[in-house]
Amino acid sequence: MEKIKNIFNWEPDRSLYPEKDENGNLIVDLSSQKFTKVWHGPNHPGTTGNMAIELTLSGDEVVEAKTHVGYLHRGFEKLMERRLYIQCFPTCVRMCVAEPDYNEYLLARSVEELDNLEIPETAKWLRTLVLEMARLQTLLRTVPGQAGTLSLGMGVQWGVYLRDLVLDLFEELTGGRVYHMYIIPGGVRGLLPDGFKKRMEDVLLKIEDFIVRIDNLIFKNILFKKRTIGIGHIPAEWIDKYGVVGPNARAAGFKRDVRKDYPYLVYDQLDFDIATLTDSDVYARSLIRRQDLITTIDLIRQIMAKMPNDGDIKSPTPNVLHWKIPKGEVYVRSESSRGEYGFYTVSDGSEYPRRINLRGPSYTHAVVLLEKLLINANIADVHSIMVSLQTCPPEIER
Amino acid sequence: MSEDKNKNIQDINTPDDKFIHPENKPRTVISPEGEEIHIEPLRDYFLEKRPEVIQPKSDAVEKFLNWARAESIWVLGFGTGCGSIEIPPLMTPRFDAFRYGVQMRPTPRQSSAIIISGYLAIKTLKRVIRVYEQMPSPKYVLALGSCTINGGMYWDSYNTINRLDHYIPVDVYVAGCMPRPEALLAGFVQLKKKIKEGRAEGANEYAEKFDWYKGNQKKIINDWNMPDYNW
Amino acid sequence: MNDIIQDITTRFSVTDIINKRENLTFVTCRKENTISLITHLRDREKFTHLVLLTAVDWIEDNLFQLTYILNNPTKKIDIAIRTMIPRDNPVMESAHRLWEQVATYQRELKEMFGIEFPDSPRLNEPFILEGWNEIPPYRRDFDTKKYSTETYFPRIGRGTNDPEEYMKSKLYPNDPTK
Repeated sequence: MEKIKNIFNWEPDRSLYPEKDENGNLIVDLSSQKFTKVWHGPNHPGTTGNMAIELTLSGDEVVEAKTHVGYLHRGFEKLMERRLYIQCFPTCVRMCVAEPDYNEYLLARSVEELDNLEIPETAKWLRTLVLEMARLQTLLRTVPGQAGTLSLGMGVQWGVYLRDLVLDLFEELTGGRVYHMYIIPGGVRGLLPDGFKKRMEDVLLKIEDFIVRIDNLIFKNILFKKRTIGIGHIPAEWIDKYGVVGPNARAAGFKRDVRKDYPYLVYDQLDFDIATLTDSDVYARSLIRRQDLITTIDLIRQIMAKMPNDGDIKSPTPNVLHWKIPKGEVYVRSESSRGEYGFYTVSDGSEYPRRINLRGPSYTHAVVLLEKLLINANIADVHSIMVSLQTCPPEIER
Repeated sequence: MSEDKNKNIQDINTPDDKFIHPENKPRTVISPEGEEIHIEPLRDYFLEKRPEVIQPKSDAVEKFLNWARAESIWVLGFGTGCGSIEIPPLMTPRFDAFRYGVQMRPTPRQSSAIIISGYLAIKTLKRVIRVYEQMPSPKYVLALGSCTINGGMYWDSYNTINRLDHYIPVDVYVAGCMPRPEALLAGFVQLKKKIKEGRAEGANEYAEKFDWYKGNQKKIINDWNMPDYNW
Repeated sequence: MNDIIQDITTRFSVTDIINKRENLTFVTCRKENTISLITHLRDREKFTHLVLLTAVDWIEDNLFQLTYILNNPTKKIDIAIRTMIPRDNPVMESAHRLWEQVATYQRELKEMFGIEFPDSPRLNEPFILEGWNEIPPYRRDFDTKKYSTETYFPRIGRGTNDPEEYMKSKLYPNDPTK
C-alpha cells in the first residue's frame, strides 16, 4: 500500500532543472533538447482574449512562463485625450469587453467628482442595478467557464444561454446588447420599462435553478475536484506583494470588497455579506465566484424591491459640447467581478481630459502573478490557472 | 545493415547531441531516383514559393465542390477583437451556428474560414497574416464590425489598421459595433451564397495581387521577421 | 489621516496637500524623497497595497508627473503621491523592490512615455508595442491622427464633423442666430 501511495506522490527530479546565473535568471539552453518552448496563444481556444504565454517546459512541467500582451492595444488613453468628455463614453466602454458598464460608471463618477455634481436618488439605484446585472452576466460566463477549461463544456452551454437572457434585459433597458452607454454624467439615460421587474424575476429564477445544476455538474464532480484542489495556490503573503484583489484575494482569506469597504452608490443601504475561503486554490476561487453569483442575485432582488419607481434620473449639466471640467485629479474605484477596478482622471481645465488611466485587476493578475503561479505547474493546468485568475487582456493593454 | 546499426549507436553516445533522436539528426538520404538530399529535420522549412492561382475544374465538378464547401464552413477559433465576445452565443443553443454547417476548429490547417472579429492591432495583424497563409485554399474571410471597414471608432488610433481589404482579401463584411449573432448568421448565409455562385475567390485574388498585398503588409509591420510566404 | 499627513510633511517635506475626499489625499513630493516616502508609508503606516503607478505629461511646463496611489486596506484610506521629473531627461528611481507588479508598470511607462527606471527588471523588453520606431506614443507631442492617416490607408469618403457645427446644421437648419 505504501508503495502505491509513493507512486502517486511521485515528485519529478528537479535537479535536472536549468541552472541560474548570478542575477537569478534561468540558463535555458534549447539546443540541449532538455527543454521545449511552447507558445500558449495568442490563437488558442482556451485563452480568454488574445494573450500569449511563452512556456519553457521540462517534460510536461513548466519551468518558466512569460506573459506577452499587446495584441489588443488600441491606445485608448491616447484617443481619449483628443475627445470631448461626452465622446469618451462610447470609447471607454470598449476597454473591457466582457463587463463594459464599470467603465462608464467610473468615468461618469470621475467627472461628477471633479465638477462636484450630485446625482438624483433614482439614478443611483438604476446605476447599481446595471452594475449588478453586468456582474451577473460576467459570472454566468466565468463560473461554468472554469469547468470549460477542463473540457466540461455542458455548463458553458447553459451559462452562455442564460447570459443571453440577461443581455436581452439589458437591451430592453438600455437599447444595447453588449455595449450600453447607459450611465452618463449626471445620471442615467432612462427609467425601467413596464413589466421589467417581472421579467427580471423570471430570469433570476432560471439562474437559481442553473446554480443547483452546476453544483451537481461541476462542484460535486470528483474529476473537477481532482483537477482543481491544490492547484495554483496563492499564499496569503503574496496578496499585498503582488497586488491581488477581488475574488482571488477573498479566496485567500482576505475580506476585501470595494462594495463593503468604500461603499459607493447605494451599497450601504443593501444587506449583503462577503464570503471568504482560505484554501486559495483554483477550486476555492471557483467557489467564491459561485458565491458571488448568489450574492448578486440576492442584491438584484433587494434593489428591485427597494428602488423608487419614478423620479428624476438626471441632474442638469452644462452643454456637453462646451463642458469645461475644473482643473484637478481624482481616483475612483468600484468592485468589478474581477476585483478593484479604478479610473485615475486628470483634468487640466479644458473640455478634453488630460489623462484617463485605468487600473484593472488583470494588470497584476495576468502578468506577474500568473508568471509566478505557473512555475512547476503541469502544462495541462496552465489555462485552468489562467482562467481561475479571470484574466481580461483588453484591460491590461487598453 | 549491421554497420549502419553500429553507426547509429555510436552517434547516440556522442556527448554533445546524446538527446537528439537519430531520426532528427542532419544526414544525407538517397531518394528512390538515386538523388542525394541533405536534410536537417530540426530546421524550420518554409515554402518560399509564391502562391499560385488555382484554375477551376470543369463546370459540374466545381459546382459540386462549391456546394460541399458552402455546407461545411470550418471557422478558425481566433478571436482577434471585441467581436469575439459574440462567438460563444453564436455557437451555443440559442443561435446555434451548427445548423448552418459552421463549426469552430482550433488550428488553421483544418479551417476554411476566418472571422476577423473587429479591430486589428498591428501585433495581431502579423499573426493573422501568418494564420491566413497557413490555411489551405480555398479560404474565406468574414470581417466583423465597422473597425474592419473604415477603422470604426479607432479611426485615429496609432496601433489599429483602418481597412482590412488592403492586407487580406475580404469576402463578407458584417457591419455594426458590435454585430449581433443574428447579423453574423446572416453573414454566413451570404458567404454560402457567394461560395455556391463561385464568387468567393479570395485565395486566388491574394495570389494574383500578391505583391500589392505584401507591399501593404510590409509598409506597416516594421519588424518583418517571418518568411514571405508559408503554408 | 491628518496625523499621517502631518507626520510625512515634517519628515519628507511634502507640499500641495489636497484632500479630495475624506479617504483620498493628494500630496506632492520631491523626486529624491519619493521612494523613501513610499517605503515609509508601506512599512510604518501599513499602506501595503499599491493601487497604481502612472504618468501624466505636462508638456507646457516641460515635466512628467508620476503618480503612485497607495492604499491602506485596514484603515481604508488612500494617499496619492505625485512627483515631477524633467521631461528632457526622464529618469526615476525604480520601486520594483517594494512590490512585484511595479516592474510591469515601469515597463509600460518606459514604452509609452520613454521614462527610464534604472535596474528595473525586463525594462527594455517590448511590452505592448512591436517594432515601434516613432517617439513614445503617450507623449503629448505625438499626433496619433496624423500618424494613422499617413500609415493606415484611410477609406476615402469617411469624414469627420465638428460636433457643434454638425448638430446645429442638422437640428436647426433655419436657425437665424447661426
